[in-house]
Order: sequence, then C-alpha cells, then structure tokens
Amino acid sequence: MATRLKDTEVVVIGLGAAGGVAALPIAQAGIDIVALEAGTWLSKRDFAPDELRNNVRDWPQAVQKAQHEIPTQRVLGATLRSPSHPMMNAVGGTALHYWAQSWRLNPWDFKVVSETTKRYGASRIPKGSTVEDWPFGLDELEPYYDRVEHEIGVSGQAGNVRGALDRRGNIFEGARSRAYPMPPLRGTDFTDMMASAATALGWHPFPGPAAINSRTYDGRSACMYHGFCNKGGCHVDAKNSPLVTTIPKAQKTGRLQVVTRAHVTTIDVDRNGRASGVNYVTDGVEYFQPAKVVLLATYTYENARTLLLSKSPAFPKGLSNNHGQVGRHYFSHNQGVGVTALFPKNLNNWYGLPAQGMAIDDWADDNFDHSGLDFIGGGNLWVYSDRRPIAAASMDTWKKAPSWGSAWKAFVREHADRTNTAYLQKTTLPYEDNYLDLDPSVTDPLGNAVCRINATYKDNDFKLATFIQDKMEQWYRAAGAIEIQRGPFIPVMGVTTHAYGGTRMGDNRETNVVNRWGFAHEVPNLGILGASVMGTSGARNPTLTAQALAWRTAEHLVKNWKSIAG
Amino acid sequence: MISRRELLKRAGIAGAAVVVAPAAASEAAEAAAQTPAAAAIAREPLEALTAAEADILEAVCARLIPTDDSGPGAKEARAAHYIDRALAGFLAPSRQAYAAGLAAIDKAAMDARGVPFAKLAAADQDAVLHSVEATPFFALVRTHTIQGTFCDPFYGGNANFVGWDLIGYPGVRTIVTPNEQRMGVTLKPNHKSAYEYAMFTKASASREPSHGGHDGDPT
Repeated sequence: MATRLKDTEVVVIGLGAAGGVAALPIAQAGIDIVALEAGTWLSKRDFAPDELRNNVRDWPQAVQKAQHEIPTQRVLGATLRSPSHPMMNAVGGTALHYWAQSWRLNPWDFKVVSETTKRYGASRIPKGSTVEDWPFGLDELEPYYDRVEHEIGVSGQAGNVRGALDRRGNIFEGARSRAYPMPPLRGTDFTDMMASAATALGWHPFPGPAAINSRTYDGRSACMYHGFCNKGGCHVDAKNSPLVTTIPKAQKTGRLQVVTRAHVTTIDVDRNGRASGVNYVTDGVEYFQPAKVVLLATYTYENARTLLLSKSPAFPKGLSNNHGQVGRHYFSHNQGVGVTALFPKNLNNWYGLPAQGMAIDDWADDNFDHSGLDFIGGGNLWVYSDRRPIAAASMDTWKKAPSWGSAWKAFVREHADRTNTAYLQKTTLPYEDNYLDLDPSVTDPLGNAVCRINATYKDNDFKLATFIQDKMEQWYRAAGAIEIQRGPFIPVMGVTTHAYGGTRMGDNRETNVVNRWGFAHEVPNLGILGASVMGTSGARNPTLTAQALAWRTAEHLVKNWKSIAG
Repeated sequence: MISRRELLKRAGIAGAAVVVAPAAASEAAEAAAQTPAAAAIAREPLEALTAAEADILEAVCARLIPTDDSGPGAKEARAAHYIDRALAGFLAPSRQAYAAGLAAIDKAAMDARGVPFAKLAAADQDAVLHSVEATPFFALVRTHTIQGTFCDPFYGGNANFVGWDLIGYPGVRTIVTPNEQRMGVTLKPNHKSAYEYAMFTKASASREPSHGGHDGDPT
C-alpha cells in the first residue's frame, strides 16, 4: 500500500525543459508545487570535457529510469529495442546536455493545412496525414516565446522585429516584439566561410538562436566554446537549462519542493474523473502524492505511456483516452538523411559547439514556391563547429584509404579536421498509421509495459529529404567542398530527442487530447507539457516551443486557479 | 645515416614529439633516442586479460594503428592497456568476445604460418588480420583501439597524448578564444587530461543505472 503524502496544490511530473520552466510562474504566484523528478541533482562539476564518457559511453543518459523504459519499435511485424534512451533523467532534464538551439516556429508551421490549401489546393496535403492547423497562430505564442527567451536567456540575431526585417537575422521568421536578450554566439572562420558561400548563392545565412550565453547574463558566465557542449553539460553554467535558470528562482519562492529519484508510475482519478494525485516509487517504496492539479511533463513517449498505464473505471483505455487519441498523431522529426562534406583544407572545428553555426531558412517551411514540387514543407540547413578526437579518428575514409594500418593512419592524420556534417531538420507530419501504444510483451522492472513506437516516414519525408540534400550539397560545393556524402533515407522512426504528438493540442476533442491551453479535454485539472502537445514540427528544434507552451499553460493555470483546481 | 623511421622506432614513446612539431622532428627524436628509458615500453599490470591474451592484443593494436613514418601509433598510446582496463570495468560485457576473438586470431596465425600471432612479422600479421577483417570481433577491437588511442589519458590510453598529437587535436581547454577558432592558426597542443582541471568531479562511466553521489537536494 502506497504511503499517502501531504496534500499539495500542484504536482508536476518531470522537472526538465518543460516542467522546470512551468514551475516558475506557478511558484511565483504563491501556489505550492511538488516536482517529482526521476533523476538527481547534477552540477557543473559533473560536466567534465570527456568525450569517452559523455559521447562514446552515453554517460549523460546512464540514469536511473529511462534506460529501463526504452520505447520499443515495431517494424514490419518485428519488435526492435534500442540500446539506449536519448533522453536524460535529472533536475533540468535533457536540457542539461542538449544542443540548446532555441528556435521559434515560423508562422507557416501553425497553419500547415489552411496555408497549403490556400496556396496549392487541399490535394497537396499528403494522403493519410492527420495534420491540423494549431488552434492559434504564432501571434498567440509570441509573448510566451519572448518571455522564455528573456527568462532563461537566449542569444541570437533577430530578423524581424515588429515587421522590420533585418538581413543579419532570419528574414523568414515571424514578427517578434523585440530583439533577443543577447547577441548571437560568435562565428568562426568556418562558419564565416559558409556564410559567404550562401550569400554568393543568393541565400540568406544567419547565426541561429541558442539558450547559451553569448555574454554574461543574469549573473551566469558567457560561453567558453570549449567543444564539449554536445552531450555534455556546461562547466560554467552558460547553457541555460532550468537547472540553472527557472528552478533556482522557483525554489527561492519557497513554494517548490523537489523530490528526486521519484519514479512515477500512474496518475489517479477521483470519483468525478478528476486527477487526484500521482503514484511513484523510490527504492521500492510506493508513495501517493495527492494534488489539486497534475501537470504531466515527462517526455513525449512517457507522457503517452503514463496516461495509457493510468487506467480506471472512468478511463478504461487510459487516462484522458476515452476518445482514443492518446498516442495518436505521433511523429519524430525527420532529422536524419544528412550530408557530409570533405574539404581540401583544415577547418579548425576542434572547438565550438553545435549551437555555434550558420543557418539557412530559404528552403524551410513554405519559404519557397512548391507549385512544381511533389512535397510540402521544407528544411533548415545548419552547419556548425564541433569536433572531438575519437569521433574525428573514426571518420569515414571516403574510399581513399583502407580502414586500418599505415595508409589509414596517414589518411586520418591528414583529414581529421577536414570534414563537416550538416544538421538538416525537416518538416514532419503526423499520419493516421503512425502512433504510440503500450508494448504488449516488454515491461520495465516494475512490470509496467514500455511505450511502443509504430511509425515510419512517408513519401513526403523522402522527397523533401532528397530536395534538402541537394540544397546542402550545393551549399557545401559553393564553399569549396571536394567530396560529398549523403546519408541514406531510413524509413524507421526510431527513439529520438525530437518526438512529437501523442497528446496533441487542439480545439476538437475528437482528434486532440489537450485543449488550446494544454489541459486535457477529458480531465480538466490535468495539464500536459512538452512537445507531445505539438501537432507540427516545423524545421527546427522543439525545445523553445515546448517551453513557451509550458509557460503559457502554467500562466493559464495561475489565472484560472479556482476553476481548474476546483 | 639512420633513417627517420628507424629513429622513430628507437624513440618509441617520445616519438610523439615528431607529430607535435614536425619542424623539430629529427631533433626531438634524436634526443629521445639517446634516452635509454624511452627505448622500451613496459606493460602495465593486467586487469582483465591473461598475459597470453595481452600479447596478441598488443600485436593486433600495433598493426591497426602502426608505429610508422607518420609517428607513434596504438602501441605507444597504450591502446591495449586501455582495453584491458576497460574489460575489467565498462567493457566487461565484451570480455568473452575478447577471449574468443583473440584466440581465433592466434589460431588463424598458427594455421597459416605455424607461429603465434604475436611472433609473426608485421606483413604476416597484416595478412592474418585481413583474413578476419569481416568478423564482428575485428570491428570491436578496431573500435576499442581507436578509443584507446584517442581517448582522454584518464582511461589508460592515449599515453603522452600521442593520439591527439597524431590528428592535430590541440587538446582539452576550458576556455577557447576567438583566435583559437580561426583557420590556419597553429595551436600549441594542450597536453592535459580533463581531470587535471580541479574543477571536475572524477565521475566514471559506469553501466550501473545511477549517476552516483549526487542524490539529495543541494539547497
């Protein structure tokens, strides 16, 4: 029998990128909040610049919970299991070691259906896609993007402030109310070289936004560009995860209680079908944390899974799933199918970070005419300075040398610093037959079914990926690349850091789990935070959007406390 | 006149200097060659492998990333030491694969030449390795040899930073200036392990599902 803990007003499940941000406005409003976090506290002392530990052995993810609950993938009738989970359990979550690229979605991403229909006709929406317009446009989310950018600290170059375009930034972005709070991260010779090549092609290069300090911000250090940001935490607290931004501020209010190593299993409901609290386990001991409001902020897979595991007489198919929408409209960002270039000279990319780069948005979203094309959406092209020695020595030899021995050694010695791989994020859409459910045969150590991914990329993804590879090859060649390799198109949607849907947001409760404010249509005191509520991906990293939505949901809760808390 | 290759061979571990500063190569190598202590590399105490297994592994590593004109290789980096130590820890699940894989390589040498792998001439060792190139164990040992040659020296490999010097990696820094990210600049190698910086906790990569030692609220 679970130990029943003292009542609280709000319980948030997961204190990561979304939950860690949402906690602040709630605590600042004087509302008591208990945060149940599966991981523990880490600090900058834990983030040694150690490639073997961080990148090769996946230390950041070698954590209490996630590795025992890795989603399975159903592919052609077979069940595949990934060796590791890409997400991290810790206070601050995966935002401790993420790349920290902090993009706003572009206006088109909120209105894929209506804009595509208006410009090209309804027939251009890919067959089988369940994509909907968001219940609001960018203008509704803009104040929350702005709030989070300034609260945690985002560096970047604005391209559109209240309609005034600035070619140093992204001229394709939607209007923002003001500039970023910090200038962009600095460039390097390599990123400058790529920018010049793009300009010569008539494109519009710009430095991308990052939740990383380009200068001292809010008492925290500027970035040191030391080269271990990728899957590493920051050794000077310049990466603005909730661990060093919103969570300490929320703690100062005295309203936030953080419970670490809390392994949440299910959410309970009362006789009226309202969420009544959360069950969790620590070291084999079961606890029940009652609360007036429950905020589910784990990760896309675990958000869906926790709901599906929380069965009750009122919700026999899982919490808030009486319309069968939990797990639906799942998609993972089509961020594979890369392009790698070989240059005839050293690039000096040994230092830097994935967020220190140059972006092209000319081929993203609907920023170009798709009339003569056979796909919709687009991709963001991103090149950056980031290289470490084991990865460099593990380089492909471009059919110019064997894979070991003296000839290999001579090749690697000469070429270790001469390659670059672009990061190409592309529009991905939800489809009727892509969804998450519970695996019928694989369980975690507590005996609970793990999440199962049933999803493949579709024709639109393949055509778009090829188009974007063409553009990236063109860019690299314009910059002097002598060889190009293209990554293969793999149709399987694996376990990923960019996972969307499963608890989609929308006004129609027949096709969406949460309403426009992020609260469940079927359970009014259950809020859901994270990219699981997003119905489209855009062509850029999801975290800032998830955080802006989380802040908005938290603010809505504060403003409507009596009606939601009951 | 003694060849550069021969010099390097004699110089052994100190041959790293050749890669660090090519202009000073012969001078450095010559100085090293005159130091008797540098002539031989002593094997560290074994933590997982048997002495016979370690002999084979040392020889395999030395052919995968050979000591040659382009400088020291896996032997000087002590990649085999890295692997042995890791097999007693993080790579323990691969211990059986090493027992079987090393035995198979030795058997291939005996079958082909009637001589244990470690006793074969380099060219014959290469021929044996070519015959097992497609095996999963070869891919495994290649991966681990690269790790052992290019990892942080904290893990027992990349001794004297010979791996990092080989590919021109200028080393672990905690602050990098704009100038250090320019093309064409020559950066002085920073021969430091991450854990020589006092600011970092020596957290090891464990297979155990815990970050360890960080429980509890810091406030």
